[in-house]
Amino acid sequence: MSGIPHDHYEPKTGAEKWLHSRLPIVGLIYDTIMIPTPKNLNWWWIWGIVLAFCLVLQIVTGIVLAMHYTPHVDLAFASIEHIMRNVNGGHMIRYIHMNGASLFFLAVYIHMFRGLFYGSYKAPREITWIVGMIIFILMMATGFMGYVLPWGQMSFWGATVITGLFGAIPFIGEPIQTWLLGGPAVDNATLNRFFSLHYLLPFVIAAMVVVHIWAFHTTGNNNPTGVEVRRGSKEEVKKDTLPFWPYFVIKDLVGLAIVLVFFFAIVGFMPNYFGHPDNYIEANALATPAHIVPEWYFLPFYAILRAFTSEVWVVMFASWITGGIITAKFFGVLAMFGAIIVMALVPWLDTSRVRSGRYRPMFKWWFYLLIVDFIVLMWLGAMPAEEPYATWSLIASAYWFAYFLVILPILGVIEKPTTPPTTIEEDFDAHYSKPAE
Amino acid sequence: MLKKLSIAAIAALSLSAGGAMAAGGEGHIHDVDFSFEGPFGKFDQMQLQRGLQVYTEVCAACHGMRYVPLRALADDGGPQLPEDQVRAYSAQFDIYDEELEDDRPRIPADFFPEGGDPNAPDLSLMAKARAGFHGPYGSGMNQLFKGMGGPEYIVSILTGYTGEEKEEAGTTFYENTAFPGGWIAMAPPLYGEDVEFADGHSNDIHHEAEDLAAFLMWAAEPHMMARKQAGFVGVLMLTLLASLLYLTNKKLWAPVKGKEFDG
Repeated sequence: MSGIPHDHYEPKTGAEKWLHSRLPIVGLIYDTIMIPTPKNLNWWWIWGIVLAFCLVLQIVTGIVLAMHYTPHVDLAFASIEHIMRNVNGGHMIRYIHMNGASLFFLAVYIHMFRGLFYGSYKAPREITWIVGMIIFILMMATGFMGYVLPWGQMSFWGATVITGLFGAIPFIGEPIQTWLLGGPAVDNATLNRFFSLHYLLPFVIAAMVVVHIWAFHTTGNNNPTGVEVRRGSKEEVKKDTLPFWPYFVIKDLVGLAIVLVFFFAIVGFMPNYFGHPDNYIEANALATPAHIVPEWYFLPFYAILRAFTSEVWVVMFASWITGGIITAKFFGVLAMFGAIIVMALVPWLDTSRVRSGRYRPMFKWWFYLLIVDFIVLMWLGAMPAEEPYATWSLIASAYWFAYFLVILPILGVIEKPTTPPTTIEEDFDAHYSKPAE
Repeated sequence: MLKKLSIAAIAALSLSAGGAMAAGGEGHIHDVDFSFEGPFGKFDQMQLQRGLQVYTEVCAACHGMRYVPLRALADDGGPQLPEDQVRAYSAQFDIYDEELEDDRPRIPADFFPEGGDPNAPDLSLMAKARAGFHGPYGSGMNQLFKGMGGPEYIVSILTGYTGEEKEEAGTTFYENTAFPGGWIAMAPPLYGEDVEFADGHSNDIHHEAEDLAAFLMWAAEPHMMARKQAGFVGVLMLTLLASLLYLTNKKLWAPVKGKEFDG
């Protein structure tokens, strides 16, 4: 499967040969976990394992929760309280599932920014990146629908606002919205289909994760230098890499265990910190909350959605040139999805021939600014839609697009990168003395 | 390392903005030191019992707690009333039984009664539903470091009446320094010395309010103590696991990195 030459599984006993000639599953597992991995990977590379763990954690706790949950508008809220109060260990399972979503998104954001810094999206890893973006979008859909299930105030109004975005699409918007909701408004039909899809999508994600891993096992991992593993011979490969098992499995588990210490501290001591208190009030279609705020992990994109009001000249221009088809609301929706699409297109927007940001003196600063921008957007998304937040949102949104559409293409041309090491071995040995043979 | 730490710190700060809600015309909430705050905080059993008394004699006139089972009063980590007292407490409320086609006294397997006043919100989850003043600037700092949340809100509301009244569209509103907007439809429920505590504890308005707030926190989160216990064990075991894995990793990589391992 891998493009990097390495030792493959050889069946030895008769039974192994018998199985291998019929179903080479042991070989598949062997080749997957023994894949040669660049030995200079740093700690930013542990988040893939954290993400895999999150997916399993969410599926396992979710299946248990589904055994006790009732997807009906009259019963959903009470069934959550039933889980919290009467199901043995139910409160822990639910709090783990609830905060597991937060950990999932924290991990995916760090994983994505790691990829953005070290140029993991660049050729030949474009497919890995695109599949990753598809997983990210599926995660957002799953997270959003999961948040609706407790049927609290923020569930209901969040669902109303977000599905309302589809209604902003010209001409076909309203039929699409009705089709998504299963009726004219968020109601029992909506809750039921969201429950069904919330149960389904994680398995689609799992399948996409397999494709994601398949893709980067074909190209090989990127690494902090962005220099490819030499693949002239197995000996060369061995100088640049170590097998995934045991070296990286153990290393990743160290990272995972440390992350879980913090995770359990939050679940045990402050499980509602990342949630919205209004979700402990049952959904009420007649009482709109003062501020409808999505979960923290949607806030950066929510801020971009809200930034483009009808007073912004770009919006006015777009509206004028399309004869009013593009309204401010639709423009906001386009901007929100656009913010993700420009990220997905980054393999073709980044023109630099140097892969890793470590050797790009100008890029570094723009990248750090992007991280600050992301955090500022997250904060702005939680603030009310008024000045000065509206102006700041606009500036921060503009930077997000400028980074991908303007800065990255230009930087590749004007920037003078420093020289990366010629091999991974060289980079590794610069940090550590020669191995004792 | 410092860079990583600072990134982590910024990330943590920004994440907390997530639960942020800037209530319009935010009222003033003052901090109260409750026994159940912090990772090792515990409910004070006597305080919960006093709170139950305030709830029963004052709040229950209008409010209900439909999600709280009466039997929970006997559970560990709660008011821990003896079984016979729970039965006696339950029996004072009637419930319509569909099989009997008649009213009967409640048993511990039933729930607290629903409120009599349709305008009075259910209090089962009030202590969690009113935890949303994430100041300052939506940073969540007060909640994180002072442990401020729903119970503080409840105390502030109950002690926040100024005595001013106004009438609007036939409804009387009472000025309250803690309520968002400043005017609340609930008449002042507590004045001090509203109940007589069996343990002789002070029954001024502040103590009554705090006892009630503690009780409502328990009602909203009855397994809080079990949860903190589980969290503590989890953190401890995972720290141990992380340490062992760290040493394993160090030993595993030592030859590759050309280092001596003497762990």
